[in-house]
Amino acid sequence: MYEIVGKRELAPKIKLFEVNAPEMAEKARPGQFLIIIIDEKGERIPLTVAGYDAEKGTISFAFNEVGKTTKQLGCLKVGDSVQSITGPLGNPSDIRNFGRALCMAGGVMIAPMLLQVRALREAGNKITVVVGARIKELLFYEKEMKDLSDEFYVATDDGSKGYKGLDFLKEILSKQKFDRCVAWGPVVMMKNVCEITKPFGVPTVVTLTPIMIDGMGMCGVCRVTVGGKMKFGCVDGPEFDGHLVDFDGLINRQRMFLPEERLSSLLWELQGGCSCGGK
Amino acid sequence: MAESKPKPKIKKEAEPMPKQKPEVRRKNFNEVALGYSEEQAKTEANRCLQCPKPQCVTGCPVEISIPEFIKLLREGKYEEAAKKIKEKNSLPAVCGRVCPQEEQCQKFCILGKVGEPVSIGRLERWLADWERKRGNVKKPDDPPPTGKKVAVIGAGPAGLTAAADLAKLGHKAVIFEALHLPGGVLVYGIPEFRLPKSIVRAEADYVQSLGADLKLGYLIGRIHTIPELLKTGFDAVFIGTGAGLPAFLGVLGEHLGGIYSANEFLIRVNLMKAYAFPFYDTPIRIGKHVVVIGGGNVATDSARSALRLGAEEVCIVYRRSREEMPARKEEIENAEEEGILCKFLANPTRFIGDEKGWVKQMECICMELGPPDESGRRRPVPVKGSEFTMDVDTVVVAVGRTPNPIIQSTTEGLAVTKWGTIVADENGKTSIEGVYAGGDIVTGEATVISAMGAGKKAARAIHEYLMQEK
Ligand SMILES: Cc1cc2nc3c(=O)[nH]c(=O)nc-3n(C[C@H](O)[C@H](O)[C@H](O)COP(=O)(O)OP(=O)(O)OC[C@H]3O[C@@H](n4cnc5c(N)ncnc54)[C@H](O)[C@@H]3O)c2cc1C
Ligand SMILES: Cc1cc2nc3c(=O)[nH]c(=O)nc-3n(C[C@H](O)[C@H](O)[C@H](O)COP(=O)(O)OP(=O)(O)OC[C@H]3O[C@@H](n4cnc5c(N)ncnc54)[C@H](O)[C@@H]3O)c2cc1C
Ligand code: SF4
Ligand code: SF4
Ligand code: FES
Repeated sequence: MYEIVGKRELAPKIKLFEVNAPEMAEKARPGQFLIIIIDEKGERIPLTVAGYDAEKGTISFAFNEVGKTTKQLGCLKVGDSVQSITGPLGNPSDIRNFGRALCMAGGVMIAPMLLQVRALREAGNKITVVVGARIKELLFYEKEMKDLSDEFYVATDDGSKGYKGLDFLKEILSKQKFDRCVAWGPVVMMKNVCEITKPFGVPTVVTLTPIMIDGMGMCGVCRVTVGGKMKFGCVDGPEFDGHLVDFDGLINRQRMFLPEERLSSLLWELQGGCSCGGK
Repeated sequence: MAESKPKPKIKKEAEPMPKQKPEVRRKNFNEVALGYSEEQAKTEANRCLQCPKPQCVTGCPVEISIPEFIKLLREGKYEEAAKKIKEKNSLPAVCGRVCPQEEQCQKFCILGKVGEPVSIGRLERWLADWERKRGNVKKPDDPPPTGKKVAVIGAGPAGLTAAADLAKLGHKAVIFEALHLPGGVLVYGIPEFRLPKSIVRAEADYVQSLGADLKLGYLIGRIHTIPELLKTGFDAVFIGTGAGLPAFLGVLGEHLGGIYSANEFLIRVNLMKAYAFPFYDTPIRIGKHVVVIGGGNVATDSARSALRLGAEEVCIVYRRSREEMPARKEEIENAEEEGILCKFLANPTRFIGDEKGWVKQMECICMELGPPDESGRRRPVPVKGSEFTMDVDTVVVAVGRTPNPIIQSTTEGLAVTKWGTIVADENGKTSIEGVYAGGDIVTGEATVISAMGAGKKAARAIHEYLMQEK
């Protein structure tokens, strides 16, 4: 059992949990992920490491409430526990002094990106950060990101704050040369970023979120096509060279269980959702 | 061969195993084989000749004193009989169910020369079930502690056996298991209808009751490495991480929706209990026309699970012929009784998807058997121009599994073969002092009982290693 010791709402339906897990707190690195199981009947869901504190012995993750499991998780309170956490899993991000780095984070992935930005900064990089969301209400960590970056931009899909869409990136990219781009967010956003950076020849790393079960190479459900080859998202990734990823294939596989997911979510809400899930 | 003349009264046929009827069991996940009644167990036990030089024992990798436990059983001393088995085997209810007995102990039973061998496995199962149902599983007295600590990596049959034997010798065994439940293939691979998970759980609990600690959700190599374990208080390490990586066919279209590796399919169904979705959260989708590619236990298990999940038609497609199928005979028969179809001498060449990225057809090529290959089996070769297509909406690829690689890549100095298995001698000793390995991680895909035998030998070798140290 892993006890929740901190809970914060970062934006509507986006929550950050801090849990007691001393051994993981010592081992986790930016870019890795955890697999969480809420209870006996729960599924295994992967969430990216969004923080660790070896002294306190805690580890954090942020999640978007999209379906049954994440909604149920969101109902838990400080003092509650989840049945199981496995991690850290996957390869840590490549952190070194690349020179000038462009860090793009969309939606819930802004939370783990903060760790990456901090690490890249400590490694000596000059950093441009872009945070994006669908609408301005879903943005968070603007101040934290701004404090860590040399240049800082905001973008929203509807233009309610900062730039509208991602086209402005072309301007930034033509003004100065970047040695690395890290893009974490919804698959469609990562796909768009890769299309924009490719002509500029900026090496671009993305983090892939295929459906996973074990997260340690045993089931193959997380297979993705990268550079024409089959890779396992959990052990070969989760980060890959974005210019080689078959994003459309990934999107297709992510939708595999859509009808079942809807059913699961609906049933949970019919049974009263939060009121029973919160114990 | 013992010279004892079979007495005229010897019953040549073994007691039959009561089973759920095929038309009933194909719709549920309950155990197929129901187990002997007390009377049947006694009748079967009475067939044993109590050979002075029992050949059956030579066929058991964990060295169970077979005639002795059978004798106790027929005298009605069930508790002592169960204890006799557990001197050597900590997972009797598991072995009694999934051991390939016909290739192990029973192959050597003298009665096999005149009729059917004694059903040793079924008797073992009956005793283990009797003890568990009685709710009072006896364990041996605690040994004096040696003060030595051993890390056991993986809670499959190899790891559980090693941990149990080490604990019985007074060492502190700590099992690190990457998944959230113990058992390895017993819990994530072999289906409920052949091996109920409550039984795996009970036997894993028994191993813990002997004094072994179980830590779940620890992927060694990521959270701790073997060198770190040796530095932080462990005197020795046993690696029993198994062969859990799924192999794919490497043909076009394998990324399509509806195509599962057997591991994914079975993990969803067994470990995550997707057959009870949405009561359990992990989903599975099963179509009308299911094909399973492969010919081993994994293929028959997948096919029979698919049927129980509601498929209209399930067909096993295998590239060799029936004679070469590596699955247990009993399980192939069970599968056929349930209505599973088989297509031999065919191999998929590509999968064709619909506009939504879901598989709709499979193209295959016919095979013929050529001269034998290294394994001694006749090699299948494609027949030019013989391609044909089948309409399918669910595919399970069960063409083999390779060793889990994380330990090998994070342990400097650990010798590994070109197949990725760990190099170990017959006692499990690896190239690193104090580090032992056994089970599928050393042999490649094998059996539950051979993994347990390896765990047992390694525990003995670790014990010698630890006790010679000053
Ligand atoms: C390596 C990795 C890191 C991730 N990090 C984060 C993160 O930091 N924060 C965050 O909010 N989300 C993250 N995700 C996505 C997150 O795992 C899914 O949102 C979550 O599993 C949805 O579960 P659900 O039951 O609430 O929703 P569902 O209704 O079951 O699913 C909604 C969608 O989530 C995806 N999904 C469903 N089940 C899984 C699964 N077992 N594994 C992966 N994706 C699944 C599917 O595309 C599905 O359509 C990550 C995914 C991966 C693979
Ligand atoms: C579907 C199926 C059906 C089968 N049917 C039969 C049968 O009827 N009879 C029979 O005799 N055999 C059968 N087998 C084969 C048999 O199950 C295996 O040979 C046996 O389980 C091997 O045992 P093991 O302990 O070596 O490995 P496993 O059972 O694979 O256990 C290894 C364990 O180690 C864990 N692990 C892996 N890496 C790490 C790590 N880095 N850190 C921590 N833990 C780790 C895994 O999660 C797993 O729990 C079957 C196999 C399958 C897949
Ligand atoms: S453990 Fe297996 S081989 Fe040994 S006696 Fe039991 S069934 Fe036979
Ligand atoms: S089981 Fe068979 S070989 Fe073993 S003692 Fe009995 S009759 Fe002899
Ligand atoms: S999640 Fe199972 S292999 Fe990657």
